Order: sequence, then structure tokens, then C-alpha cells
Amino acid sequence: MKQSTQNVSRLLHKRQVRVSDTVQSVPPSGIRRFFDLANELEDVISLGVGEPDFVTPWHIRESCIHALEQGHTSYTSNQGLPELREEIASTFMRDHSLHYDPNEEILITTGVSEGVDIAMRAILNRGDEVIISEPCYVSYVPTVIFAGGVPVTVATGIENDFKVTAERIEDAVTENTRAIMINYPNNPTGATMGKKDLEEIADVATEYDLIVISDEIYDKLTYDGKHTCFSSLNGMIANTVLFNGFSKSHAMTGLRVGYALGSSDIIGAMTKIHQYTMLCAPITSQMAAIDALRNGQTEMERMVREYDRRRHLIISGFNRIGLDCFWGKGAFYAFPSIAGTGMTADEFAERLMLEKRVAVVPGDVFGDSGAGFLRCSYAASRDDIKEALLRIGEFVESI
Amino acid sequence: MDIAQNVLEIIENDPKIDISEIAALTGRSDEEIRDCVDQLEGDGTIRKYKTIIDWDKVNNGFVYAIIEIKVSLERETGYNVVADRISKFPEVRSVRLMSGDHDISLTVRGKSMKQVAFFVAEKIATLAQVQSTATHFVLKTYKEDGVILHETEHTERLPIVA
Repeated sequence: MKQSTQNVSRLLHKRQVRVSDTVQSVPPSGIRRFFDLANELEDVISLGVGEPDFVTPWHIRESCIHALEQGHTSYTSNQGLPELREEIASTFMRDHSLHYDPNEEILITTGVSEGVDIAMRAILNRGDEVIISEPCYVSYVPTVIFAGGVPVTVATGIENDFKVTAERIEDAVTENTRAIMINYPNNPTGATMGKKDLEEIADVATEYDLIVISDEIYDKLTYDGKHTCFSSLNGMIANTVLFNGFSKSHAMTGLRVGYALGSSDIIGAMTKIHQYTMLCAPITSQMAAIDALRNGQTEMERMVREYDRRRHLIISGFNRIGLDCFWGKGAFYAFPSIAGTGMTADEFAERLMLEKRVAVVPGDVFGDSGAGFLRCSYAASRDDIKEALLRIGEFVESI
Repeated sequence: MDIAQNVLEIIENDPKIDISEIAALTGRSDEEIRDCVDQLEGDGTIRKYKTIIDWDKVNNGFVYAIIEIKVSLERETGYNVVADRISKFPEVRSVRLMSGDHDISLTVRGKSMKQVAFFVAEKIATLAQVQSTATHFVLKTYKEDGVILHETEHTERLPIVA
């Protein structure tokens, strides 16, 4: 009797903490603190945003309005509108000579974030390891943990322009390794990887029979060169889960629509999770995505040309101020080093915000190898970039 | 991207921009940009640096009208001859040869509706080749040369997002 009372009491005590151990084990995003700080201040120039400063092109917004007027407000099939999947399939055939079956190998998701989450849940068994090149987007490590997996981060560095090397990946492989996760063009560094670099990664994946999860959301934002789609590498189409979407290329972040491409077993498993947890991506956004693929080229190219100009402006600006910045060729991030200032990125970013009202994100938010760097988005107006550079220059002078 | 095309796109949207800023935006030297602009100005690719003004905001602003003209051509005079003649009037801001049910379309600017109407009646309608004119006064300009004058759009982004 006494024993059972103790058990109940222990049980009750345990239930005081109502959040799972797994969720507790994941720290909140380091970005949060800066977000709160920025919100308290006025006249902050923000280079802290991972989204285009352009509004979604009008023809795409107009197609959303039209879809609503026509009464398209229902669910779609779990996999997404067939028309959209077919449009994606023909885009990949045209741009990369890759054949994806719209019925079995394409899943429309509510942005890449959902896609990464359900991919991890679809492929990982408890304890499976995922090698993640770092610094990386803040969601990758937590989604692996939420899925019961073990994230194994592999550092990249300025000495190699933040490209991940096959050697480092191979060093991290164990018998529990299940997948490699990469993201080029890269958030937060702006790094890109050429075909040859990627082929070396593909060789490691083939040798150890690993799935490659490639987040290519920034593929259209490649300057000075051409993006190589990971699944276009020899033999990789069956072993790659490829993510892309419309948020960055067509300035559609808030519409939440992206897609996953992969072999039918994995896409089928992801669809199962998506079906039970998300049901489908919003129909309005899916219809907008069709229009983006069919008619969005001109506006997209216009935005890319403008990002490229801002890239020149900001990177040369940082180098002039004395914050060494490598010439990243993708996405819309500059990643200057603040090593010479003797401050940590966190201190630098906090003081810059408080003293000069410029918001940037410390690089270590994206992993330890981002320490000593700042992520500065150039998806901001030229005037804002110029003013921010001026203020950062004054700040650097003052320390 | 072709350097000349890049420079043109930048200047078209911001004619006041200085050479060194164009150089910063394109990753070229000031000299390269200066040479490029000189050449574009010299060969007539860049015709003029223009300002778009919302004249409705100015007291004693201007009145604009679109004039549709039907032309009767004679053996020795083509459209170019008529258009050249009309183009010489400073009141005429643009002259275009059109497809459809009229031949030439003009934008005319004046200080008052009366002034524009008299100008058309006295100077345009009386030309030998002009068969008929139709004058449409502009009541309000919403968008001019790619610039929306009555912008209502306002979007706000969060200052820090992953």
C-alpha cells in the first residue's frame, strides 16, 4: 500500500513538468533574444531578416485574389494540386533534365520548414544520426531531435569559403549515420558549392549508402555562376530528398508553400505524415505557386539582378570598414568577420543594436562555427544598406 | 549581366545616382562606369535624365490631354512627315503612331483645358493632313512611366527573422 502511494506521488510530481523531455532538451532559437530587443527600439535598420524586402509580384498576388473570387477555398489532395506538381515536374525537366513523377515523387508542403520536419520523421529511426553542415539554418538541428534522431554537425569555415568538404563529412560518418543535410546557396553564409565540390559529397553518400537532404530554397539567388541541383549529380536522384519553394525566389514567404522531391518510398512516407498532420498546403498559395512558375520569370530575374547589386554594395562596404567579408555568391546574406574587434558576435550585435540601431544576427546562432561572424541580410533597400554600413563603420571606429 | 544593361537599369530607376555608387553596385571601377555612361550618352542610348512629377500636388500645375488623330496621307507625305511636324510643338509631350482606329496619338500639356483645346483646334486640327481629332482630358494620373503616384500599399516586416 505504502509503495503504491509513493508511486502515485512520484507520478504526480513528474507531471508537474508538462513538456516532453525532448522538447525541453532543445534551447529556444538564439534569434529570439535579438528579436525582442529590436522590438523595444525605434528606428532600427534591419539587416536581420531572412526574407525578401520585395512584396510578392503583383501578378502572383492577383492570381491569389482570382482564386478566392472563383471560390477556390477547399482542401486539395494531400500531395498538392496535380497542376502544380505537373508544373514543378516540367520545370525540373526543362532546367535540370530531371524526371520526377508528379504522382509519386513530388509533395507540396507548407514551405521547406515543414518539408524538412516530415522528411526527418519519415526516414529516421530512434538514434539515427544526421550529418549537418554548419553554420546552418536554425531549424535543422531541432527537427532532427524532434524526430528522435541525433544531429551531428560538421563545421565549415572561412578558409574554404564555408563550403562543406567531403573529408569532414566522411570523418563524421558512423554506423548510425542515416543522412547528410546540406543547404547551398547557404543561409547564413551566402556560400555556394560548385558541381565538383558537390560530386565529392555525392561520392561519400554513395559509398556509405546515405540519403542526402538538400535544401535548395535559394537556388535562383545564385550570382556569378550556375547552381547545381544535387539530384542532377550522377546517380543521386534516387538518394536525394530535394527541397525548394517560392518564398525566396518569388518573395512569397508568408504564403507558405514549397515542395519536396524524392524517390517514391520517401515521398510516400512523408505524404503519410503530411496527410495526418498538415492535410494540405493552403490552396490559395498553391494556385499562386502555379502562376509563379508559369509567369514569374521576368519579375524573379529583376529581383535577382537587384540583389546582386546590393551584394556588391554590402560586401565591398564591409571590407572597406575593415570587417573582412568573403564574396559569397548566393542567397541574400553577407557574413562579415568581426574577429578583429576582439568582441564576440553576440556582444557586437547587441551593442550595435543598442548604440547604433542596426539589427544583425550573430553568426553563432547558426552553430559554433559561425562564431565571430555576423549574418547581414541584403534583402533590404539600398538606402537602408548604405545607412547601416555608415552606422556600422562609426561603431567599429568607436570600439 | 551585360554591364551597359546593368547601368541602364540602375540609371532608369535612379537618374540622380552618382558614378561611384553605380561602381559599388556593379563591382566595377569608377573609370569603367564613367566610360560606359559617356558612351551611352554619346551614342544617344541615354536621351535625357527625367523626373516624374505629380503635378496634381502643385498649385497652377498642368492639364494633360490625349489627342487621337486620323491622318490622310498624300503621295509624297508619309506618317513621319506629319509626326515630325507635330513633334515640334513644345505643348506636345509625346507622339506615337498607333494601330487601331486612329493613326497618331499625342499627349498635350497646357496650363488650362481651354489652352489645350485651343491649341488642338488651332495648331493640330488645321494641319492639311489631319482629317479629324478627338481630345480626351486626363482627370487623374494613377501611374506614370512605371511609377505609381497614388500608392496605398504599406507592408511591414518583422525586424529579425531566421
